[in-house]
Amino acid sequence: MELTRRLWSGVLASCMLLAAPGVPGAQRFITVSSTTSTENSGLFRHILPVFKQRTGIEVRVVAQGTGQALDIGKRGDCDVVFVHDKAAELRMVKEGWFVERHDVMYNDFVIVGPKSDPAGIVGMKDAIEALAKIHDTGAPFTSRGDRSGTHAAELRLWKAAGINPTKATGQWYRETGSGMGATLNTASGMNAYTLTDRGTWLSFGNKGELIVALEGDERLFNQYGVMLVNPARHPHVKRGPGLAFIDWILSRDGQKAIAHYKINGQQLFFPNAKTSGR
Amino acid sequence: MNDLNRAFAEAFGLIGALDAKLVEIVTLSLEVSVAAVAFAAVAGFPLGAALAVGRFRGRGSIIVLLNALMGLPPVVVGLVVYLLLSRAGPLGEFGILFTPAAMVIAQAVLVTPIIAALSRQTIEDAWREYEEQLRSLGAKRLNAAFTLLWDTRFSLITVMLAGFGRAAAEVGAVMIVGGNIDGVTRVMTTAIALETSKGDLPLALGLGIILVGLVIMVNAAANLIREAALRRYG
Repeated sequence: MELTRRLWSGVLASCMLLAAPGVPGAQRFITVSSTTSTENSGLFRHILPVFKQRTGIEVRVVAQGTGQALDIGKRGDCDVVFVHDKAAELRMVKEGWFVERHDVMYNDFVIVGPKSDPAGIVGMKDAIEALAKIHDTGAPFTSRGDRSGTHAAELRLWKAAGINPTKATGQWYRETGSGMGATLNTASGMNAYTLTDRGTWLSFGNKGELIVALEGDERLFNQYGVMLVNPARHPHVKRGPGLAFIDWILSRDGQKAIAHYKINGQQLFFPNAKTSGR
Repeated sequence: MNDLNRAFAEAFGLIGALDAKLVEIVTLSLEVSVAAVAFAAVAGFPLGAALAVGRFRGRGSIIVLLNALMGLPPVVVGLVVYLLLSRAGPLGEFGILFTPAAMVIAQAVLVTPIIAALSRQTIEDAWREYEEQLRSLGAKRLNAAFTLLWDTRFSLITVMLAGFGRAAAEVGAVMIVGGNIDGVTRVMTTAIALETSKGDLPLALGLGIILVGLVIMVNAAANLIREAALRRYG
């Protein structure tokens, strides 16, 4: 037992040495747990260098679905969380997991589907009615099925339509249980409808036969928020640099960096922080 | 077909330009997997040798277990290591989650059973062949184990290569414990997964082609070393 313990502490110690070049004391960094939609759309690669230039703080982004991203924050494995499920965010602030939650920006969801439009929803304006039509015609629909922010938004829409799609799971309703990109790949492969955030859609490279079938319904509004992991629960959280990041992204400078990010001339995210708050 | 052509074009384009990002990712992939195999060898060879020459109760069960663990699902290993290293877990105070060190630990856990199980088989075969000879020289089991480890060293290189192949190819474990952080924990396999999720399939496949090429190069290098050593000590 003693020997194995010594062996393991040796292994750990050597691993720490190996980790050392990545974690030099002089260089400050924070870990931000965020969503696949912000990472895959390229937003972070656009705005983080600006932040680093201003403050010298490096931001390391771990991109997962919002469900997992929130969980990483609750476990204390990151400093800041940047996600898009406002209801869940506010609930977790109330439960004491996070502090300093602020609206940052929004974009919108769109329903994409095959050009042939088997459910006949192209041109419709009402997302709820469109989903009802997809349900009625039994046209294939792929769902994230991964407790992400997009998944939560999709389930709210189905609920509003009075439909429980999970009853048809494996039939016309197909839960991929994976990220937005993987779900779009699946939808593209089987010519299915799906709900996606516009950012991921615009930067997605494997559209195949898919087009935007419905957009512009205000219920497709997608709010992103930022918050700090509660240092009272996790004392190791880098409160100062974490708050510096939150302050910056809410500032005029940060909001401008978000608004400037475009793909093919299209703006992906629309800053809407109430900067007067801080 | 068109996609495949584009994948090869992407791969050669990246290699030709010696893309800085690519070099960084390739270097980290090699560092992590080589370190993991090194740790796994330090733990796995003695374990394999002990099982090969030792005779004790429960030996058979341990061998069966070890052989079965060669098939450990990476995503399960990743999850267990994640829960151990998480701030909310027992080793959280070290703060090494989402660092290359965490990835080395996860891959070492994956590779150790492979190295232990395969070296056990190799050394046991040699033990059968040389047992009488070694005993007549008055060798104790411990000495015999070391002698056999040395005698079978060329075969054990192949064992390490099997472990390296497993480490370099897996994505499930490093994705969870590394977090695929750009410039910090992004390796070949997680980069491929990311590009796939972005729908850039040719670039993803291009990276895949480079990864396969890299593994071939490592194996060729090992083979050269082996042959040179054979000629020298044969």
